[in-house]
Amino acid sequence: MSAATPAPAPATSGRESLVLSVLTNPLGLIAAILLVLVITTAVFAPLIAPFAPGDLQIFKINAPPGDGYLLGGDGSGRDIFSRLVFGARNTLIGALIALSVAAAIGVTAGLFAGYFGGRREIVMSWIADGLMALPALIVLLAFYQSLGSSIQVSMVIFGIMLSPGFYRLTRNLVNGVKHELYVDAARVSGLSDMRIIARHILLVIRAPVIIQTSIVAGISIVIQAGLEFLGLGDPSVPTWGGMLQDAFANMFVVPTAILWPGLAISITVASFVLLANAIRDRLQQGNRTASVSKMPKVEAKPVGAAPTESDLLLDIRDLVVGYPGKAGWAEVVKGVSLQLRRGEVLGLVGESGSGKTQTAFSVLGLLSTGGRILSGSIWFDGRDIANLPEDEMQKLRGKRIAYVPQEPMSNLDPAFRIGFQLTEPMMTVLGISRSEAKARALELLAKVGMPDPMRTFKAYPHQVSGGMAQRVLIARAISCNPDLLIADEPTTALDVTVQAEVLELLRDLQAEMGMSVILVTHNFGVVADICHRVSVMKDGQVVETADVRTLFANPQHDYTKMLLGAVLDDVTPRTYAPRTLKEISA
Amino acid sequence: MSDDVIVQCIDVNTKFGAHHVLKNVNLTVRPGETVGLVGESGSGKTTLGRAILGIGPVSSGRILFEGNDIAGVAPRDRKGNAASIQAVFQDPYTSLNPSMTIEDILVEPIVARRQASLEEARARVRTLLDQVNLPSDAAYRYPREFSGGQRQRVAIARALALSPHLIVCDEPVSALDLSTQQRVLDLFVEIQDRTGVAYLFVSHDLSVVRHISHRVAVMRGGEIVEFGGCDQVTADPRHDYTKRLLLAAPVADPVRQADRRAALRALNTGA
Repeated sequence: MSAATPAPAPATSGRESLVLSVLTNPLGLIAAILLVLVITTAVFAPLIAPFAPGDLQIFKINAPPGDGYLLGGDGSGRDIFSRLVFGARNTLIGALIALSVAAAIGVTAGLFAGYFGGRREIVMSWIADGLMALPALIVLLAFYQSLGSSIQVSMVIFGIMLSPGFYRLTRNLVNGVKHELYVDAARVSGLSDMRIIARHILLVIRAPVIIQTSIVAGISIVIQAGLEFLGLGDPSVPTWGGMLQDAFANMFVVPTAILWPGLAISITVASFVLLANAIRDRLQQGNRTASVSKMPKVEAKPVGAAPTESDLLLDIRDLVVGYPGKAGWAEVVKGVSLQLRRGEVLGLVGESGSGKTQTAFSVLGLLSTGGRILSGSIWFDGRDIANLPEDEMQKLRGKRIAYVPQEPMSNLDPAFRIGFQLTEPMMTVLGISRSEAKARALELLAKVGMPDPMRTFKAYPHQVSGGMAQRVLIARAISCNPDLLIADEPTTALDVTVQAEVLELLRDLQAEMGMSVILVTHNFGVVADICHRVSVMKDGQVVETADVRTLFANPQHDYTKMLLGAVLDDVTPRTYAPRTLKEISA
Repeated sequence: MSDDVIVQCIDVNTKFGAHHVLKNVNLTVRPGETVGLVGESGSGKTTLGRAILGIGPVSSGRILFEGNDIAGVAPRDRKGNAASIQAVFQDPYTSLNPSMTIEDILVEPIVARRQASLEEARARVRTLLDQVNLPSDAAYRYPREFSGGQRQRVAIARALALSPHLIVCDEPVSALDLSTQQRVLDLFVEIQDRTGVAYLFVSHDLSVVRHISHRVAVMRGGEIVEFGGCDQVTADPRHDYTKRLLLAAPVADPVRQADRRAALRALNTGA
């Protein structure tokens, strides 16, 4: 029932499409190719490198490129290219160790802490916070002193230091999905907690974890290179960081030698980060609709002349509303014409996707992002307000055209007191002082049936019930004596007894103030209760408009008849034919 | 244990901290019967449903299922037919895991209960889809490719996978459009007539409950205020709250609705 944008095209299934769309992103493609290159090099290092990494030729110390040494020789006369190739292997193994340790500890702990919560979560979070508070480099130096020069051991320790990042991410993701109904359904199905975590939770949260993995891979390569550059690596094992150190020592002899390990590190790390970005972009993009700028230009021209009947407050003619789609504008309202007289309550009724909300939002000038009135007119009190500039529309909205939303709670700002949220618009729109606005707000709160207006005025939104919040929003809507009130499913989120009270309030206010109302709803009971006339919508069109009594007594259109036939009032209760357990077990 | 009661709640209490959410609830459901559980938000109706399913807490009292006390027993620890109690939840958009195919979703309960091997379970998927009038090629698609009504059919098929004797339905049609709602309710009735499954049907909508129930329980503030035959409770309610609840729901008839409105006003001012 909410602002229904056109349904996104059904995505092709799962993982293939993600990989594919990451690769169609140019940066993602380049990053992926580079990483494949680096990994292939690492795997097939002995086949690719012309020399063993330790081979030294004394006359090739700091030699320039050529003569068998593709990139020249290093400070000990070893082939820089071969060392770069073997360095890829050792560097990636180091990164893999850190990554595996970090992910194994962090993700596992995060899954358990998030899923079970309670004391386990508190203890694990303390440990994670403690680890995060330790300066990683100093810890690594300390361990280097006590455990010796193995870079692998250092990377295991670094992996432990990195695990809180995975832990926090995973725990937060799990907290977000563990109350989903499919987790409840899995529990009802009899799945053990382990299987639920593995099948339902891990599967759903995998994407952000993969992104984190890619970024952490980059970080571990940088830190590892840094450690080796400081001389904390094993000098006998060729690594990029070690090469950096060697090249740095000979920088004044061969300044270019520092370039090669430097490039290898930068390109690999950048590729990991870019790949993570490409995946994230793809996931966030999700159902992003086509850009408006690529759409054909439209300019709605007034249809006909302004209505001459002064009694006619609103006259919508051939309204077409569209959203950017894959093949041009996708129309969600397809030529709707409606008329609303002064003091009349018009029900706009239909199922989801019928365009009823979009029609109402067009009058408010509040279509969702990308939405446009493609053609047609909205004559409001003698003036066409279709595609009115935003500043002009603002003068109408809240003053002459008011709005009551479906979800009262999400339309009140939880950070401000109700009184402030009532007086602020009044001061802006009516130009009255704060004290006048306050007096008026209290008056309005009493009018919408608040037992203690002052208390509500001082309350925060979370301190009142949903029904009360809706009364507050109605008070705000009528605060400027609007000519037209647009109510979008105003009672759908409320309990039925509260709904009856709110409808009663709307009816009294409408009669007293003589305003016109457009009530968007899917509930024929609500229509029968409060509306004078009804328009039934289907697939962006009005199929039938009639006086409320006529419509219910004598519906003309088949769709209206079908909808009214689906109303469950007046059914005969079912009769129970006793059965025994034996019968149903058979 | 008598043969004509499938589930019996005896003095069930649930407390969340200081909140007393269920207060001495007594309720029975008979084989092949639908008991409608109606109430407003916070009445405890969902909490009772979750307690029976074993995914919500019970502070005291007993829940007898075919004679065995299952109060506080988690679904995976339940034995015999109690293990097959199933659920259909309100929101068909979040009750199906978006990362799983329909086949994986339907096979899961069968395999979890070790009722059949994976191959046998997969073979059963087609029958399940057929029972809820979905085409068999639906098995290889993902939930997002289906409409709300179709997803709810998948959820019903999942609930039927273990041939349960009881399904707890928590507002299963409130997220659906009017015409879809009616078709899904008809499906519930048809399945019950064929299989003899009993429903505990939780809803805030009296007209839905009246349509599908044999008996109706009205809850308010954690208590059952009225429990009786569907016709009696929904046409001739004894309790004032039930009367108010009935009159508050607007009917799709402007003339009668005006009368009901007046009656509700009289009841509220008189009370």
